[in-house]
Amino acid sequence: MAQQFLHRARVRLVEHIDGPLLFITLALMATGLTTVYSATYDANSRLLAQAVNMAVGLCVMWTVAQLPPQKLMRFGVPLYVLGIILLLLVFLVGVRVNGATRWLSLGFTRIQPSELLKVAVPLMLAWYFHKHEAVLKLRHYVVACLLLLLPFALIAKQPDLGTAILVGAAGFYVIFFAGLPWQVIAGLGAAAAGAAPFVWTMLHDYQRKRILTLIDPTSDPLGAGYHIIQSTIAIGSGGSFGKGWLAGTQTHLEFIPERHTDFIFAVYSEERGLLGNGILLLLYLLLIGRGLMIAANASTLFARVMAGSVTLSLFTYVFVNVGMVSGILPVVGVPLPFMSYGGTAIVTLSVCIGILMSIQTHRMLVRK
Amino acid sequence: MLARQSSLNAPDRELDRFRFRVALAGVAVFAAFAVLIARLFHLQVVQHDYYTTRAEDNRISLVPIVPNRGVIVDRKGTVLARNYSAFTLEITPSKVDDLDATIEGLGRVIEVLPKDRKRFRRLLEESKTFESLPIRTRLTEEEVARFAANRYLFPGVEVKARLFRQYPLGSIGSHALGYISRINKRDMEMIEEKEQTTNYRGTDHIGKSGIEQKYEFHLHGETGYEQVEIDAGGRAVRSLSRSAPVQGNNLTLTLDSKLQEMAEKAFGDRRGALVAIEPATGGILALVSTPTFDPNLFVDGIRTDDWDQLNTSPDKPLLNRALNGAYPPGSTFKPFMALAALETGKRTPGQAISDPGVFNFGGHQFRDDKKGGHGSVDMFKSIVQSCDTYYYMLANDMGIDAIARFMGQLGFGQRTGVDIEGESPGVLPSPEWKARRFKRPEQQKWFAGETISIGIGQGYNSYTPIQLAQATATIANNGVLYRPHLVKYITDSRTGERTMIEPEPLRVLPWKRQNIEVIKKAMVGVNISGTSARAFAGAGYVSAGKTGTAQVFSLKGADYKASSVKKELRDHALFIAFAPAEEPKIALAVLVENGGFGAQSAAPIARMVFDYYLLGKLPKGAASEDDVEED
Repeated sequence: MAQQFLHRARVRLVEHIDGPLLFITLALMATGLTTVYSATYDANSRLLAQAVNMAVGLCVMWTVAQLPPQKLMRFGVPLYVLGIILLLLVFLVGVRVNGATRWLSLGFTRIQPSELLKVAVPLMLAWYFHKHEAVLKLRHYVVACLLLLLPFALIAKQPDLGTAILVGAAGFYVIFFAGLPWQVIAGLGAAAAGAAPFVWTMLHDYQRKRILTLIDPTSDPLGAGYHIIQSTIAIGSGGSFGKGWLAGTQTHLEFIPERHTDFIFAVYSEERGLLGNGILLLLYLLLIGRGLMIAANASTLFARVMAGSVTLSLFTYVFVNVGMVSGILPVVGVPLPFMSYGGTAIVTLSVCIGILMSIQTHRMLVRK
Repeated sequence: MLARQSSLNAPDRELDRFRFRVALAGVAVFAAFAVLIARLFHLQVVQHDYYTTRAEDNRISLVPIVPNRGVIVDRKGTVLARNYSAFTLEITPSKVDDLDATIEGLGRVIEVLPKDRKRFRRLLEESKTFESLPIRTRLTEEEVARFAANRYLFPGVEVKARLFRQYPLGSIGSHALGYISRINKRDMEMIEEKEQTTNYRGTDHIGKSGIEQKYEFHLHGETGYEQVEIDAGGRAVRSLSRSAPVQGNNLTLTLDSKLQEMAEKAFGDRRGALVAIEPATGGILALVSTPTFDPNLFVDGIRTDDWDQLNTSPDKPLLNRALNGAYPPGSTFKPFMALAALETGKRTPGQAISDPGVFNFGGHQFRDDKKGGHGSVDMFKSIVQSCDTYYYMLANDMGIDAIARFMGQLGFGQRTGVDIEGESPGVLPSPEWKARRFKRPEQQKWFAGETISIGIGQGYNSYTPIQLAQATATIANNGVLYRPHLVKYITDSRTGERTMIEPEPLRVLPWKRQNIEVIKKAMVGVNISGTSARAFAGAGYVSAGKTGTAQVFSLKGADYKASSVKKELRDHALFIAFAPAEEPKIALAVLVENGGFGAQSAAPIARMVFDYYLLGKLPKGAASEDDVEED
C-alpha cells in the first residue's frame, strides 16, 4: 500500500519533467551559484538569496510543467491584458529610479510589470495564431504585429531597451514560427534598415552613447566605456584556462561593474578562461537544441510556436548578454540565464523551461 | 499566395514548413554561438597578453615611500633641523566634484581657518593634477578621530601621516640653514634636469635656500617603493612587495650654534652681518645676517601675511647680507693695502710720510678724517690710527692695476664658493671692470683720481662680509686661503661613514712672513691702543683688528655728524678681527648697517664673539638672561 503510494508519488513528481532540460538547468544553476559566490565574495548573503531564488524557480518550473499546453494557452489573454494594464499604470504612476520609470509601487514592494510580458506576449500571440490556425491570412500577422508593438513601445518608452528587445524578440519568434511569409520578413528587414536613422534620433542620449561606446570604448573610458573596457580586460586576462575560482583580480578588486548581475559572464570568464566559456556555451547550446527539438516534435500549433519562441528567447538572452559583456553588442540590461543574480529573471526563465517541459511531456502522454 | 498556403490546410506540409524554420533557427543559433566563441578566442587567446598587462596595470600601483630627510647638527651636535611626524588633512582635488562644498563641509567637522583656505587655494594653483593637498596641518588626535567618524561624507579627503621639517632653534642661524618648502614648478624643472624625477615621486618639499638647498640631494635620501594591490576605488588592498627607502644623509656643520645665537643677539635690532671663520680650515663658525626669520614658517606653506611681512619689510629679513650684501670695506681695507705695499716693495714698515690732513691730487682735495693730520705716519701708525692720507698716497703710488691684482689674490670681488647658493661677487674695481661695467665710452675710462679713494676702501670698492672675513682669515693664517664652508662632514645614513669636507687650501699666497707679522702687529696695536682699544679693554687674550666706516653717501666736503643724519643715511660700521693674535682660532668680519663708526658699534660685537668663543664668557647682559626670563 505504502509502497504503491510512494511509487505513485514518485511518478507524479517526475512524469512531467524533461530529464535533459532539468539536467542542463541544474548544471547551469550550479555554475551560476559558484560564480555568484565569487562575484559577491564580500557579501555572501547574496549566495543564500540566489539559492532561494533558484529553489523557488525549480518549484515554479515543476508547477508550470504540470499544466497541459491547452491550459497554458488559456493564460494568454488574461496575462496579456493584465500586463498591458500594469504597463499603462507604470506609464502613469510608476516609480522613477535612475532616470527610468520601470516599477510599480505596491506599498510593501515594487514590481516590474515588463517582466510579466516576457511570457505573456508569446503566450498571447501563440494563442492568437492557434485560434486562427485554419484561416491564417496576412491580416492575422498584422494584428499579431500590433499586439506585439503595443507592449514593446510601452516598455521601450520607460526606457528599458533590454526588456523591450527580449519581449519584442519573443513575440517576433512566435510570428516567425507561425509562418510569417519570407517576403514580409525581407520587407520588414528592409524597412528596419531604412528606419534606422529615425530610430537613432528617437533613442535616448544614454542609449546612443552606449552604441557609440561600443564602436570605440576608449572614447569615454571613465563613463559609458568603463563597463566594456573592464569586462573585456577581465575576459581577456582570463586566458585559455582562467585565473582560477575566486582568483579573478578584476572581480575581487571590484573593477567589473554589475559583476553579480548583468556582467557575471566577465567574472566567470576571468576565472574559468576560454575552456570554461566553451563548456558554458555548450550547455546553453544543448538547452537551445533540446528546446528546438521539443518545438519540432510538438503536436499543436500553439505548442510548436510557443516552444520555438521560448527557446529562441533563451538564445537571445545568452547572445545579447555575452555579446554585450565581450564588447560586440551595446550595453543593454539583459541577464545571463541562470547565472545572473536576481529572483525575477530566475522565475521568468523557470517558467520558460516549465513551458518547454509541459509541451514535451504532455505530447508524449497524448501519444501514449 | 498566403491564402493558398493557409487554406490548403495540410497539417503535414505545415509541419514540414515549421520544421524547416526550426532547422534554420538552429543554424542561426550555431552561427551566433560561433561568433561569440570567435570573439572570446580573440580576447582570451590572441589578445591575452595585452589584457593580462591591462589587468596588472589596473590592480598594481607603485606607491613611493618618502625617505626621512637627513638631520642637520652643528659642530657640537646640537640639532638644527630635524623631522617630526604629524597628521595632515588632505584633499585630492581630482577626486572631489565640488571643492567648495567639501571644504565647507569639512569646516563643520574640523576647524578650517580662512588662512588654511587661502593657503589651499595657493597650493591648488601650483599643484600637479593628481596630487593631494593639505587643507589642514598638524591635526590633533581628537581632530583625527572626529574626521575618521565622518570620513564617509568626504570622498577624496583623507588624513595622512607626514614628516615635517622642524628647526628647533627657530630663527637662529636661519640664513645659514635655509629652509624647505613645497616643490614648485621651477623646482620640478631642476629635478628633471638633474634626472631625479623618479626619486622625487612622492616628495613634496625641497630645500629652498641655505644648506637645505645646497645639500638637497644629500639630505633627501632615496625614495622607497611599495607595490600595492589596489581595488577599483583606488584603495590599497594589500602590499605585494616593498623596497625600503634610504634615509637622507646627516650633515654636521662647522657652525657653533651657541656662538651663532650669541652673535645674533649682539646685533640687537640692528641690521647687519657677521661671518666668523676658523682660519685653519675655512670652516664657518657663525654666519649672521640680521634681521633673521623663522624657517619653520615655510615648512607647511607659509601664510600669506607672514610672507608679505617678510617680503615687504624695509629691513629685508630674507636678504642674506653676509653673502649678498656688498659694502665698501672702508678702513678695514687698510691692512690689506699695507700688506700689498710691503709685498710689492712700494713701502717699508719704517718709511714714514708727513700727513698734513689732506692729499691734493689733480686739483681735488682728499681729506683725512683728523683735522690737521696725524703728523709723521709710518705703517704701524697708519693702521693703528687709521690714517687716510697714508693710503691716498699709497694707492696713488701703487696704481689701480697693482691694487686689483693683489686684492684679487685675496678673494676680493669674487664669489668665495661658500656652500650656499646665490652668493654675490661684489666689485673689485679695476680699469677692466669699469670698461665692462659701463656702456658709454666716456664712462668706461679709468681716472687716476679714482684710484685714490680705493686706497681707503671707498670708491667703487664693494665686497660681501664673507669676502672680508675670508681675507681676514687669510692674514691670520699667514697667507693660506681656504674656501669658507659650512658643512664639516656628511654622514652616510647607510654605512655611517663620514665624508669630511676637506679643508683644502684654495691658494697659498707667497707672502713674506716678516711682512705678515708687520700687519698683524699693527692690527694688534689697533685693539690695544688704536681705534678699537676701548672695545677690547681688559680682554683676556691678545686680538688683532681693524675698524672701518663705510660711507653710505658722499657728504661733499661737509663735516659728517652721525646725529645730524637720518639713520638710513648714516655710515655703515665695519670691523675685522682675529684672535688670539699669535695663534688665531677665529677670524671675523662684522658689518652694522648705518651703525656709524666701526669702533663704536661693530667692534663690541666682535669682542663679545671672541669672549664667548675663546673664553666661554657670555656678555654681561646675556649671562643672566635666563634668570631674567624666569622672573
